[in-house]
Amino acid sequence: MKKLLFLLLVLSLCLCTVFAASAYENEAFYQGAEKGEVINVFNWGEYISDTYEDGMLDVNREFEKLTGIKVNYVTFESNEDMYAKIKNGGASYDIVIPSDYMIERMVDENLLQTFDPTQLPNYHYIDSKYKNMYYDPDDTYSVPYNVGMVGLIYNTKMVDETPTSWKIMWDEKYAGKILMIDNPRDAFAIPQKILGYSFNSPDSKQLDDVAQMLIDQKPLLQGYVMDEVFNKMESGEAAMVPYYVGDYIIMKEINPDLAFVYPEEGVNIFVDAMCIPRTARNVDAALKYINFMLDPEIALTNAWYIGYASPNTSVLESEDYAEMAENQYLYPDDEHMPNVEYFHNLPQETLNQFSDLWNQIKMAGGTEKDVYIGFGVTGVAIVGYLVYKYVTKRRRAYWYDVSKS
Amino acid sequence: MTKNTALKKVISAPYLVWAALFIIVPLIFVVYYSLVDAGGSFSLEYIKSIGRYKDIMLNSIWLGFVATIICLVIAYPLAYIMARSTKNVQRTMMMLVMLPMWMNLLIRTYSLMILLQDTGILNSVFTFLHLPVRHMINTRAAVVLGMVYNYIPYMILPLYSIMVKIDYGLVEAAQDLGASRFSVLRKIILPLTAPGIASGFTMVFVPSVSTFYISKKLGGSTFSLIGDIIEMQFKSANNYNLGAALSLILMVLILLCMAIMNRFTGDDDDGGVLI
Repeated sequence: MKKLLFLLLVLSLCLCTVFAASAYENEAFYQGAEKGEVINVFNWGEYISDTYEDGMLDVNREFEKLTGIKVNYVTFESNEDMYAKIKNGGASYDIVIPSDYMIERMVDENLLQTFDPTQLPNYHYIDSKYKNMYYDPDDTYSVPYNVGMVGLIYNTKMVDETPTSWKIMWDEKYAGKILMIDNPRDAFAIPQKILGYSFNSPDSKQLDDVAQMLIDQKPLLQGYVMDEVFNKMESGEAAMVPYYVGDYIIMKEINPDLAFVYPEEGVNIFVDAMCIPRTARNVDAALKYINFMLDPEIALTNAWYIGYASPNTSVLESEDYAEMAENQYLYPDDEHMPNVEYFHNLPQETLNQFSDLWNQIKMAGGTEKDVYIGFGVTGVAIVGYLVYKYVTKRRRAYWYDVSKS
Repeated sequence: MTKNTALKKVISAPYLVWAALFIIVPLIFVVYYSLVDAGGSFSLEYIKSIGRYKDIMLNSIWLGFVATIICLVIAYPLAYIMARSTKNVQRTMMMLVMLPMWMNLLIRTYSLMILLQDTGILNSVFTFLHLPVRHMINTRAAVVLGMVYNYIPYMILPLYSIMVKIDYGLVEAAQDLGASRFSVLRKIILPLTAPGIASGFTMVFVPSVSTFYISKKLGGSTFSLIGDIIEMQFKSANNYNLGAALSLILMVLILLCMAIMNRFTGDDDDGGVLI
């Protein structure tokens, strides 16, 4: 009898896993792919669950298993990198995941195509808070993927005080231990808030002030980083960096000395959303992919893996996510909510000024004296050598003539 | 004779096609982009704005030059020793020189960064030995080290291949005639190896000046080289025109440096060696 019970138990467990493996909602929606169909996905680095460890799912593999569509997955480091690639049309992608202001710009420049998200069976999971956003007022270009904010990550072993202001990033005490985020919008955002400016002001005088602050800060910096931030903060190489809250949660698991704060001056809040570029070749697969990302199971595994806040209501209601859902950095309640502002797209003139100033910041620091001295010495040496050669040649010729005569 | 030229044409065809597709056409694109504005009409705006990048260009050329000289100083004796060794030793040493090149440049540079960090491997050893932590990363020296480390095989190889061909009898003859060691080096070995120096110089100097990954990782991108700025224009700033203009000027400057270099190695006006 016991044996039978045990067998039954095993059997039911097996059945459970079978069901679990195919527990996606509305599977009929994913059927009908032709053989050899391919989808090209262009996403941020470290921005999708790609492992079966710790009970997570490899999202792209799961999508391939479910639909039979092969996923070509390519990553980018910043909105600007992604934009340059799409704009110049070097490659065609079916899904791209830019941030809010970049979506606005791409819509403006006609780089995205419209679709009707309400025809996706899982669209109802999107929190109504994140519908009809300013960058896509009619919800015709994008479906939100993740929500995040930028705050200050710092190492409590290296920073004695509890920072409350972005100004600590200009404190000489921490010279050589400060990292800055390596893309113009996020880097400018910090002095903009210190000076009390909006992120979206096209005022060129204000931008000059901001750039000057970044130039002044440069001697104190250890470097500008994007994805290397994980290595530098986890190893204790750097003391502080402004970065995305979701990544803090991942880093904190490896280095428990790290702490996080939303500085009082204000921070950037952003939504990254899934869009379909105009040049997409497989829109049908793209819609399936978007819908798949909204599936409760997949959204949950992504929320776990990426650590960013999810706009998916099913995730927040999930019991497995309860601990994360209470995290005050990820989902601050009204009391803890920092002063936030979204990025908006800027006029072309301001964008030009942005990249111009960013070049200047990157080049700032000038040339050290030894470079000029070096060039001088080398130049003199070269001239000296040539003169010496010329003189010896002439002398040789002279003696040759003398000996002949 | 005619057959010979026909054959020549057939043999050289693959390279000519290659050169046209991957050297001439890209060059035309660079020149084109640097001479038009964003809208595509002719403009010298970007070429004229180059003055603002003067400092960073000087910096890059200087660091590249220093790295090249260091490579030369290290590689020259090494190549000579290699060339004078027995065949077996030569093979082993050649393997050792080539070995690091089996790994990708990006990985080598990234490892160097981990080695030099304040919390890196070298500093852990220092702390273990109760020595003070030395700040090595994010300095110009670290960048030069990265260049030397990555490009030194390109200096050793041409020097070595020239040196194995030297007729050692010439050295012996000079010694028989009473030349001092220094004179042998100056009058025999140096002039005979000049072409090797010139091609080694080119092969190290050019990639060093235009590098971007090395300076980004080892210089912490708080100080940039011209390669970083050019990369930025293409990768994120989406300003192909400025990027092309900077590349063009850099090319001209490098050509100038090479021309000066050739004044030295093209001894007694017997022509340019390798540009």
